[in-house]
Amino acid sequence: MHIEKIINPLLTLVLAPLLFGIINRTKALFAGRTGQPLLQSYYDLWKLFRKGAVYSKTTSWVFRLGPIVGLAVVISATALVPSGGLPAIIAFDGDVILFAYLFGLMRFFTVLTALDTGSSFEGMGASREVMFSALTEPAFLVGLAAISKQTHSLSLTGMLAGADTALWSHIGPVQLLVAFSVFIVFLAENSRMPVDDPNTHLELTMIHEVMVLDNSGADLGFITYAAAIKMWLLSTVLVGILVPHNGNAWIDISTAVAAVFILAVLVGVVESSMARLKLLHVPQILFIANALSTLALILVLR
Amino acid sequence: MSLLLWGLVIIFVGGLASLISGRRAGLASFFGAMGAVAGSITAVIPAFKVLLYGITESFRLNWSIPFGSFFIQIDPLSAVFLIPILCLSAVAAVYGVGYLWACRGKKNLGLAWFFYDLLLLGMVLVVVAKNGILFLLAWEIMSLAPFFLIIFDDEKEEARDAGWTYLVATHIGMVFLLVFFIILTGQNGSMDFDRIGVIDGGIASFLFVLAVVGFGTKAGFMPLHVWLPEAHPAAPSHVSAVMSGVMIKIGIYGLIRAITFLGHPPLWWAWILIVIGASSGVVGVLFALAQHDLKRLLAYHSVENIGIIALGLGIGVLGISTGLPALAVFGFAGCFFHIINHAIFKGLLFLGAGAVLHSSGTLEIDHLGGLIKRMPWTAVTFLVGAIAISGLPPLNGFASEFLIYLGVLKDGISHGLVNIIPVLGVIGGLALIGGLAAACFTKAFGIVFLGQPRSKHSQQAHEVSIAMLLPMVTLAILCVLLGVFSPLIIRVFGTAISNVTLLPQEVIQGQLNAGSSILSNVVIISVLLVILICGLALLRKWLLSGRGVEQTETWGCGYARPTARMQYTASSFAQPLVALFRFFLRTDSRNLPPKGIFPDRAFLQTDTADTSNKYLYRPLFKWISFMLSKLEWIQHGRLQLYVLYIALTLLMLLIWKAL
Repeated sequence: MHIEKIINPLLTLVLAPLLFGIINRTKALFAGRTGQPLLQSYYDLWKLFRKGAVYSKTTSWVFRLGPIVGLAVVISATALVPSGGLPAIIAFDGDVILFAYLFGLMRFFTVLTALDTGSSFEGMGASREVMFSALTEPAFLVGLAAISKQTHSLSLTGMLAGADTALWSHIGPVQLLVAFSVFIVFLAENSRMPVDDPNTHLELTMIHEVMVLDNSGADLGFITYAAAIKMWLLSTVLVGILVPHNGNAWIDISTAVAAVFILAVLVGVVESSMARLKLLHVPQILFIANALSTLALILVLR
Repeated sequence: MSLLLWGLVIIFVGGLASLISGRRAGLASFFGAMGAVAGSITAVIPAFKVLLYGITESFRLNWSIPFGSFFIQIDPLSAVFLIPILCLSAVAAVYGVGYLWACRGKKNLGLAWFFYDLLLLGMVLVVVAKNGILFLLAWEIMSLAPFFLIIFDDEKEEARDAGWTYLVATHIGMVFLLVFFIILTGQNGSMDFDRIGVIDGGIASFLFVLAVVGFGTKAGFMPLHVWLPEAHPAAPSHVSAVMSGVMIKIGIYGLIRAITFLGHPPLWWAWILIVIGASSGVVGVLFALAQHDLKRLLAYHSVENIGIIALGLGIGVLGISTGLPALAVFGFAGCFFHIINHAIFKGLLFLGAGAVLHSSGTLEIDHLGGLIKRMPWTAVTFLVGAIAISGLPPLNGFASEFLIYLGVLKDGISHGLVNIIPVLGVIGGLALIGGLAAACFTKAFGIVFLGQPRSKHSQQAHEVSIAMLLPMVTLAILCVLLGVFSPLIIRVFGTAISNVTLLPQEVIQGQLNAGSSILSNVVIISVLLVILICGLALLRKWLLSGRGVEQTETWGCGYARPTARMQYTASSFAQPLVALFRFFLRTDSRNLPPKGIFPDRAFLQTDTADTSNKYLYRPLFKWISFMLSKLEWIQHGRLQLYVLYIALTLLMLLIWKAL
């Protein structure tokens, strides 16, 4: 095993919480505020890990297992994602499917954790989560199937390593369609606007935040950290689809990380300039993602 | 081979002995279950031998029936089906002893066990029969025996209706099979499967359509599935487990066997199977989401899983048709593996549902809740089954769905717009099915086992007896093992795949080896996942040690006296998805919303009836019955005229013969 393969997972584990800081600073800039420090998420995590916990009497061991499974899933998933020309630790044909299904496992346990409290708020959040994710999964996998055909590769490492300038002129439309579709999936999966509002104050309107209302202490820390890593990984996939490589490992990896940060800024811009959609309208935007992926597939099969 | 025959004899004798024991519950259960268990263990040995060492054995006895012969043989394809049939039936029989014990004295258990053993006997005979007449005979035994088990609770009207629906559906399917075999014999002059020459051209396509309808009725392809959601909930739970876990797969067996007779398949056969698979899968899981009854929900999931199996089969047939080996091998490997996996996790889930019914007295999901504290073991096993059926790693359900995906990714995405059918059908279809199945099983497990008891039914629940727990625990462990050892297991399908695809052994083994090394990467990630889970659990223990860990009420925006009735229900959980897909589901909903400052009475009632039953079969059968009522004047009850009819018919036949 090559030692450089470790770089990506390490970067992911260390830098992921920074994304929330970047998004919040961007939003603050738009709102004319100073905003919280860039490293606020790290302080929050540090604080949470040093706190005790409060558990609801209604809950069972499932509630305690959920946050652990979530974090374990995203850490395992770091082994599957390549970035900046560096291959993933484990790459094999069809790993993209395992990647998507691992997030499915995480979601399964998040939803069960929410239902374990017996709270109707958390039930509502869970119900919305399963609905939206059922619609994002086909968009993601069909889009990546199109990329797989274009790059003649079946593993994420191959699919995301192929975007050079020659390829760009040849297959630009497919990349763009899939990237846009994956961007919508990215926003929905990470509970960002216009699907979910992470800063909302009303339990009735939340999706992800409401599912973790009853988690506290280290559990909440695990959940927050896992959310950050998940966002980093999906960003890396999106960046891998779009950003070409130069060949020099150092330049490539810095470009990739910079692109992930730019994506976070973009998320901040979207959140500052858009209102959250009515919940009933969210499926429509997810249908758009599915339509774009299907279109990309039609283009490559043509 | 003699072991298989001995197994069949043991099963039959066990059934007979329990029939004779009649209402003596202890004896009847002993003989019935012993027959099933001992017979299964005996018969499963040759099946494993065939699969592992490739030794095909056969046994032939001449029969006086025209075209008939008692010709049985275990070839690899039979063995793939034989193993889950025998294993699940044996495990379910043990469970049945505990489950039926509550009915002792009230019901004739001897009868129930006799038909259970007969069902098992019929299933085994169908998959080993190598003669058309014997096949149809065994098919009929297998089809009739469950009828008596479905109407086990014959004092209930729903059970009798369900039995009736089942009987009509299975015999409509049988009509197509009869025509299928008659034409097949007409082409060959023999009904022995080894003497059937390859049939080609238009007649083959016609036979294929007959097989899809005839066998598809048993398997539960949409829209031929209408009997499933009626029959499965009505039967005792261990019978539901066997029916849903293995009996419907025999429809798939029949279809695969039929395809081997029909020569080189044209492309459109594969497309039909893929379209059937994707639509059965998606619509099946949507209907499951809308259900309020736990066993009905599971029954619709059988339609969904048959859809996944049909997708695998379709990809396999596409591979044969286009000559692309990865498609053929991974399609069939996924299909076979999912058949075994579904037998295990669906069996497990039905047994779990039975345990819930047994201890709480209801299957109404919205009346349950909080069972994880009252039935801890049932809850753990049900959770394992729920993860497995949602196709999530690291359990067995993921491995088989993954193989089907892999086939399409490897060979399926080739140029030509027509390839959009397999790619969208499998990748889009499986992804959507997976997401919806996860929604459905978070609902089933979350509402039934988590939270607080929603009624006195779930308050009084208790853990079930060891005879019922042991089978569930066994099946749950199998779900884990089949996931962990999936790289080894898929190699075993090589001979069965060559049975069907006629590809050279080296090609198949080459593909399977590739698949096996890919799956071992999945296993590595799974192991990593488990290690991380353990590590993080220790980490949290360390982080929380010495700090305050308190217990309190669930957060309710400051409201301090929540009651169990304030919890989210299964209906509300599924409502957004049901509303989104109302085009397919057409849920009837009646409600009286609360009005005024001091609301009086309010209710909401939703019912998602099967659309194909409501809009297709009911009108059709109404029309048939209307047309037939015009012939009522012939049936007037005068015996002498009936005798005249017989005489006239005979006369006409004699004249026809003389001509």
